[in-house]
Amino acid sequence: MTNKTVLEIAGLHKRFGDFTALHSLDLKVRDGEFLAIVGPSGSGKTTLIRLFVGMDEPTDGTIWLRGKRIDMVPANKRPTCMVFQSLALFPHMTVGRNIEFPLKIQGVGKDQRHARALELLDLLRLPRAYYNRRVHQCSGGERQRIALARALAFDPDILFFDEPLSALDYRLRKTLEKELKDLHVRTGKTFVYITHSLEEAMAMSDRIAIMRAGRFEQVAPADEIYNRPISRFVAEFMGEVNLFSVRADEGGGVLAEGMDLTPDVGPRLGLAAAETGTLMVRPENVWFVGAGNGRGGDMMARGHLRGELNLGSRFQYEVESETGQRLTVETSREGRHDGPLGEPVTLAWSLDRCHLIQGE
Amino acid sequence: MDRLNSRLGALAATPMLVLLGLTFLVPMLVVAAFSVMPPKVFDLWHWPDVSAYGEILRQGYWKSLAWSLGMALASTAILFVICWPLAYAMAKVYRRFTLVLTIGVVMTLFVSENIRLFGWVLTLMKGGLIEGYVRHWTGIGFDGLLYNVPVIIFGLVYVYLPFMLFPLAQGIAMVPDDARQAAADLGATRKRILWEIDLPLAAPGIVVGCLLTFVLAAGAIAESKLLGGQAVIVIADEVETAFTYGQNWPLGSALAMVLIAIVGAIAVVGVTRVDLDALMGRRR
Repeated sequence: MTNKTVLEIAGLHKRFGDFTALHSLDLKVRDGEFLAIVGPSGSGKTTLIRLFVGMDEPTDGTIWLRGKRIDMVPANKRPTCMVFQSLALFPHMTVGRNIEFPLKIQGVGKDQRHARALELLDLLRLPRAYYNRRVHQCSGGERQRIALARALAFDPDILFFDEPLSALDYRLRKTLEKELKDLHVRTGKTFVYITHSLEEAMAMSDRIAIMRAGRFEQVAPADEIYNRPISRFVAEFMGEVNLFSVRADEGGGVLAEGMDLTPDVGPRLGLAAAETGTLMVRPENVWFVGAGNGRGGDMMARGHLRGELNLGSRFQYEVESETGQRLTVETSREGRHDGPLGEPVTLAWSLDRCHLIQGE
Repeated sequence: MDRLNSRLGALAATPMLVLLGLTFLVPMLVVAAFSVMPPKVFDLWHWPDVSAYGEILRQGYWKSLAWSLGMALASTAILFVICWPLAYAMAKVYRRFTLVLTIGVVMTLFVSENIRLFGWVLTLMKGGLIEGYVRHWTGIGFDGLLYNVPVIIFGLVYVYLPFMLFPLAQGIAMVPDDARQAAADLGATRKRILWEIDLPLAAPGIVVGCLLTFVLAAGAIAESKLLGGQAVIVIADEVETAFTYGQNWPLGSALAMVLIAIVGAIAVVGVTRVDLDALMGRRR
């Protein structure tokens, strides 16, 4: 990955009648990066990708690809390519002819086409004998690879993905996620991947753009999004999270809802006087006070144990705090909490594992 | 359970099979039997001979056959070209207007074909709607537009339009939108998409539409009689004449058999080429 920008959008705006799907978006995609665009359904991510590949025209704003303006260039003249959610393989063609399709359109000779199709079958780890197979004889995972091979045959400047894995079962999805990441490294192409699954985005991408109601909420590397979300929305979108409203009073003290804190937390928190914010702590950074690891923390909350969930490698607990808030705690298998449901528990965590979301 | 199901299937199909056998197969066998009878007999108690087929060759009936098949081919081709954009619009563009269009086209079927054709005769004949008004406004009269081959083909196109339009629309509806979008995304122009995606994927609808119109037009008689006058004699006209005016049932039967054989062969070739199940809504 270099720092060169391959795709840039500025003030990209899309309206459908009265409904504004995209609100003046700005974004730069770096050459060779794997960028995931994540958002709940209706957040505008599919609209955005349709603008990228030219299946729709923006109401306002520009798209540059390697410095060339492409927002008014029709789809078939753009050097971009997309792997559809439905894959959109051509049902009346063999696997080989599907892969060769973009080459045929470009006027590449028959022998060369055939050779390239076999190369791509190898690259995607599909048997060469699949060349003459019909698409409907292939399994879901194989079809994914065929769609990818076809997109790569086009040799696009950027490859877009519209949730291509969402219809597959868990195991296959995990396998293909790894393969896709591996393919990204091997081909060195720029991948822009749309998904509603944060897990998928975390597993594969270099950077994640979180979308909400037609705007980018946060664009940052996965770790940063996870540890330092910019808003409650991002924090909650990124897996389980405990959030507390906090307020700094005039004297430098901090008022927090639903927890007790040691007096030195106030100054360390960095919240200006009379400001409000949200304090976030991830479940894996919260522990049970008492029993074996009974130390207290900078912040504590008392409540009752309401549920236990076995996640396999970890355990997840639900605790109802005294103020009625639902809190989530995660422990390793070894650090499993032993106790009946309904028993009173005390939770603790330290300030340096917390993140302050300002303003909300 | 499977065996019960298959037996139930056969049972359910029985009434239809009996009806088809009595109304379709039996008359066909009778016609086939008459076609190998000696000339001008009215029963089947004679030694078979093929003199009726010989007469077809000698009397130049192939001309009528050629006119019928040629005009059927021409009207099928014209119908395909004019119905494709319309069917495309019905299937893909204005979905709501499709119902209006469907009702409009189906409504024409409520009026008998002959009456509609008479309407065209009144419109096109000398002193009719068109010629009359032209003469009224310009003072220049002409012979009317009836009694030629193009007007017969026009009549065939007009009458059989629904039989091309609806199967085509059904076929085009089967073309997945994302396949077209993917093709465009991969660099295909509209023309390439039409050629590589639309036509092959709509093939079942195209074949059914073309077969229906061709078969119906090849056996059509009213268009050539009413609009064409005596410009050309079509094969169905010859069959009718042989049975009625000619009082030669074996000749009429033989002519009918030749037409059935040719049309049947074309239909079989067409139907075996495409996946009709797909058109009936079964997934491939």
